[in-house]
Amino acid sequence: PLPPLPRPHPAKGIHKCRKMGQDIRNTVGNVPMEWYQDYPHIGYNLDGKKIFKPIRNKDELDEFLDKMENPDYWRTVHDKMTASDIRLTDEQVDLVHRLQKGQFGDVNFNEYEPSVDFFTNEVMIHPVTNRPQDKRSFIPSLIEKEKVSKLVHAIKMGWIKPRKPKETTPQYYDLWAKEDPNAILGRHKMHVPAPKMRLPGHEESYNPPPEYLLTEEERLVWEQQDAEDRKLPFLPQKHSCLRAVPAFSRFIHERFERCLDLYLCPRQRKMRVNVNPEDLIPKLPKPKDLQPFPTTMSLVYRGHTSLVRCISASPTGQWLVSGSDDFTVRFWEVNTGRCMKTLEVGGAVKSVAWNPNPAVCLVAVCFEHTVLLLNPSLGDRLVVSSTDQLITAYEPPEEDKEQAVTWALSEGLEHNKGHRLTLTHPKAVKQVVWHGKGDYLSSVMPDNSSNLQVLIHQVSKRRTQNPFRKNKGLVQCVSFHPLRPYFFVATQRYVRVYNLIKQELTKKLMTNCKWISSMAIHPGGDNLICGSYDCRLAWFDLDLSTKPYKMLRHHKKALRGVAYHRNYPLFASGADDGSVIVCHGMVYNDLLQNPLIVPVKVLKGHQITHDLGVLDVTFHPTQPWVFSSGADTTIRLFT
Amino acid sequence: MGGLQKKKYERGSATNYITRNKARKKLQLSLADFRRLCILKGIYPHEPKHKKKVNKGSTAPRTFYLFKDIRFLLHEPIVRKFREYKVFVRKLRKAYGKAEWTGVERLRDNKPGYKLDHIIKERYPTFIDALRDIDDALSMCFLFSTFARTGKCHVQTITLCRRLTVEWMNYVVTSRSLRKVFLSIKGIYYQAEVLGQLITWLVPYQFAHDHPTDVDYRVMATFTEMYTTLFGFINFRLYQTLNLVYPPKLDSKAESELKAEHEEDYAMDSESYLEKLSALSASLARVVATAEEEENQLDLFPTEGEDQENMQAREKEQKEQEAQKRLFEGLKFFLNREVPRESLAFILRCFGAEVSWDKSLCIGGTYEVTDETITHQIVDRPDMDKQYINRYYIQPQWVFDSVNAQMRLPVEDYFLGTTLPPHLSPFVEEKDGDYVPPEKLKLMALQRGEKPVQEDEEEEDEEEEEEDDDEEEDDDVDDEELTEEKNLKKLEGTRAQGKTLAVKVTPGKVKPWETGSVGNKVRLEQEEKAEEKRLAIMMMKKKEKYLYDKIMFGKKRTTREVNKLTAKRKAHEDASKAQKKQKKAKKQ
Repeated sequence: PLPPLPRPHPAKGIHKCRKMGQDIRNTVGNVPMEWYQDYPHIGYNLDGKKIFKPIRNKDELDEFLDKMENPDYWRTVHDKMTASDIRLTDEQVDLVHRLQKGQFGDVNFNEYEPSVDFFTNEVMIHPVTNRPQDKRSFIPSLIEKEKVSKLVHAIKMGWIKPRKPKETTPQYYDLWAKEDPNAILGRHKMHVPAPKMRLPGHEESYNPPPEYLLTEEERLVWEQQDAEDRKLPFLPQKHSCLRAVPAFSRFIHERFERCLDLYLCPRQRKMRVNVNPEDLIPKLPKPKDLQPFPTTMSLVYRGHTSLVRCISASPTGQWLVSGSDDFTVRFWEVNTGRCMKTLEVGGAVKSVAWNPNPAVCLVAVCFEHTVLLLNPSLGDRLVVSSTDQLITAYEPPEEDKEQAVTWALSEGLEHNKGHRLTLTHPKAVKQVVWHGKGDYLSSVMPDNSSNLQVLIHQVSKRRTQNPFRKNKGLVQCVSFHPLRPYFFVATQRYVRVYNLIKQELTKKLMTNCKWISSMAIHPGGDNLICGSYDCRLAWFDLDLSTKPYKMLRHHKKALRGVAYHRNYPLFASGADDGSVIVCHGMVYNDLLQNPLIVPVKVLKGHQITHDLGVLDVTFHPTQPWVFSSGADTTIRLFT
Repeated sequence: MGGLQKKKYERGSATNYITRNKARKKLQLSLADFRRLCILKGIYPHEPKHKKKVNKGSTAPRTFYLFKDIRFLLHEPIVRKFREYKVFVRKLRKAYGKAEWTGVERLRDNKPGYKLDHIIKERYPTFIDALRDIDDALSMCFLFSTFARTGKCHVQTITLCRRLTVEWMNYVVTSRSLRKVFLSIKGIYYQAEVLGQLITWLVPYQFAHDHPTDVDYRVMATFTEMYTTLFGFINFRLYQTLNLVYPPKLDSKAESELKAEHEEDYAMDSESYLEKLSALSASLARVVATAEEEENQLDLFPTEGEDQENMQAREKEQKEQEAQKRLFEGLKFFLNREVPRESLAFILRCFGAEVSWDKSLCIGGTYEVTDETITHQIVDRPDMDKQYINRYYIQPQWVFDSVNAQMRLPVEDYFLGTTLPPHLSPFVEEKDGDYVPPEKLKLMALQRGEKPVQEDEEEEDEEEEEEDDDEEEDDDVDDEELTEEKNLKKLEGTRAQGKTLAVKVTPGKVKPWETGSVGNKVRLEQEEKAEEKRLAIMMMKKKEKYLYDKIMFGKKRTTREVNKLTAKRKAHEDASKAQKKQKKAKKQ
């Protein structure tokens, strides 16, 4: 908008007599001064010149200082029109005071002057007007007479009757005299009748049995609860006799609430599930009929001083090897529980694996960056010596290829201790697994950022391969297919199945778990179980689908180890809750029949230490026995 | 190809529902009128399955009505009456403002009113429907009839409620259909069986009400308006079924008897008849004078097998009912002035007793205290000065307990000044697993005809028994260890006898399943079963497991509650016993 124009002042002449210097009267008139907010001037003086705003506006601080220092601050008024401060004179201040008190502005004005009547209040002898009365004011009205006679005539003729008194009492009759069930509206079929009020129980009695009265604590709890949370809407009370019963103070309230319920609450038919809980329990074959399976704890192998991470049984079933965090590997005789041998290694043992070939006596042990092949010299001497021969029979190839790991033959003292071959890896090794034939073994070095996670070694040729070119995630564990050239790799959430001959991915199993901890392959090779840290065990039927055939949530805590039995239809899982659950897992040759899974026994025995229970489980190769190693430094045999 | 694009929320559930405000606008009614209409017509909101869909994507909390319901309300003639009333109020206000008093009077005379007959007929197409829904009507009318005639609602409503409730009580007395009564802390519950329907209602104790401020009496009044209409029609029909005159009239014989001398002092002319009716002491006039109801015998049909059993059961039930109807027949009661006269007179008359009271208490007393033939006098005070030898002085709870027990209970427990036995609710039906208070067990034994053992002896016996019990319980606890030890000893003994070897064998722990005793076998089996079940539960599907857990949780909760109650009871009894012992010791 354009800046407002100056208006010609009508009384210009009068002000001329004043001193020119003092008179800075603004001529803009009665307009809101905000209009001039954005301009340097605030209006125009009598000469039509711009009145400029003071250069510096007063800010809060100036205002405050002024307030503190200026003794006349209280009588200073800001004039918006001229943007200047005006000090009020004494008369003006006096006027303000008078107006504030509600007095007249003029000091000399007397508001209590005696009143003078306009007219006199005395009755005068002469009337004000002297008009005579109308004639119609004293003779009866003809029109009225006509009206009355009309009414009289109507009454006589019976046209007008006196008003009947109104019936106030309601009339009742037989409303349902003609009941016609067909006349029922369709609406009524939909109608949900209001539920009846709940009938009172013993606690509502005026003299209830003593057990229904609330104790002191219960009463306090009741009083502190919200009205909605209370189980009883009233406090049970006992009165010695009927005359002592007082009126119930919430009677009208309750009736009113019922009324509200009737007209404000949506009504719904709730279907109540009326099931016998026993019927919900699935009918499974009795565990008794599925014998044999381990039922009792019969041996405890003690000796380790720290948690036992891994165990493995020899293919003959006579020996057991265990690796522990106390840097030792122990060899046990299964039947007696005797510790045959203790070998110190240079680190916490992460995994042990006994060569599955019964003609070879070799144990793979992994700790830190090393995988160690041991010959425990237990059992048949021929086997032991043939194993040694097998290892020494190696002839180095002519052209030496660069390998990912270094193979070293142990000699001297170490050889006497049983060490045969040492494979030094570039990274920490977590797991070693033998192939079923016993010549190949695989080691896992979990590392999220490289493709060098899984290595496959051939012992007879002392050769190492890295089968994967790409990193597909953190590898948890690997396993060989027992019969066919397949290789299973479990990452955090998936299990990938690779064909080693064709060198391609054949399947990717979705486990629906958050983090896989362990894996075991059925000796038939068509089924697989996966344990996970989120308490689940997934059973896959590889022919059926890539999704789990069954998800078992038997354990309360994270699963650490799973195992299949080689001959019997059994599998076991060990978890942090200290229990080993043995299930019957029958796989049929008939492809149409799904595997039958029945939990048969919960084995308990391991103590929970540092929130860890069972760390590894493995089955005896021939007997229906299961070994478990736990964080309580023991290994237990259940038979 | 595509055709018209479908618009959202123009089909499906969004069109089946309508919000309250929209419904109100559609009907062109104020909120109060809409509420009244809903109450009268019995329309209630509906909870849609997909609230967001119905709410057109919004999640704001709204009340939804079925659109069909609202359309159904559109045709209601009462809606027009509401509008007429609105106009009437406007005209009246105008007339007042102009001080046109004749106009005001004329308007007042022509005040528009409405009847609810057709609504009742529509809501309850058959009589049984109406009878089924009468519980709330009864409770409400009984409440309104106790209101003081000041302010809270129209006096006519109160008198009408009173009249209807008196009619109802008279009907129940005449048909003898009362079944159960219960003295609660809220009021007195009655349950009657009328034409096969169980009807329960609650009557407050006779006190002045402390009217709460947070209660909307308009809502209650609207409900009462509907209920009185319904109730009146039901009463009419019920009286008709019993061949009684409606509105009720006293028997001419009884009327002459009831002619009191100071009738005028007692009540106004207009009210004295209702008062006489409400006294409940006289029988009602019948349309056709018949002596008494004939017994309606069940016709016997030749039946076989299960039917016969059912038949027999039914017959037995009917016999019991007949017996219950005559519970107090032949007894003559006198009510002292401190007992609730109306409820007691009602109950006693329902079961065939004769009742009277002091004539200063109420109109309609038929005999005096001095009458020698009185068998029971109901008293609710610690002691009486002048007592007659040939009558029982009992506390009112006896009447209630006897009615619920369907038999005359022994009067000893209810004498003057004695501590009353607990009053149990007759409405509780214990299923197995629920807590049954010991009084109820005792009562059930009494109903079966077993004689109660003499109290004092019993108590002492009980004490001894209990001590024995305690010991036994201790035994139970130690049992396992003891048997094991015994077994061990036995084993050792046999071994010692058989071979006297110098080698000492430390005894291993004998597992329970290795010893051959029968109890262990049973226990073993049970354990096995339990484990089997546990394993099977592990294999349940997630959904079923959830349901199963829920059911089991509910079961556990009930057992927990039962245990809590029993424990409390036991603690209480122990405490009272200890007190008694102390008293005894002091005496000695």
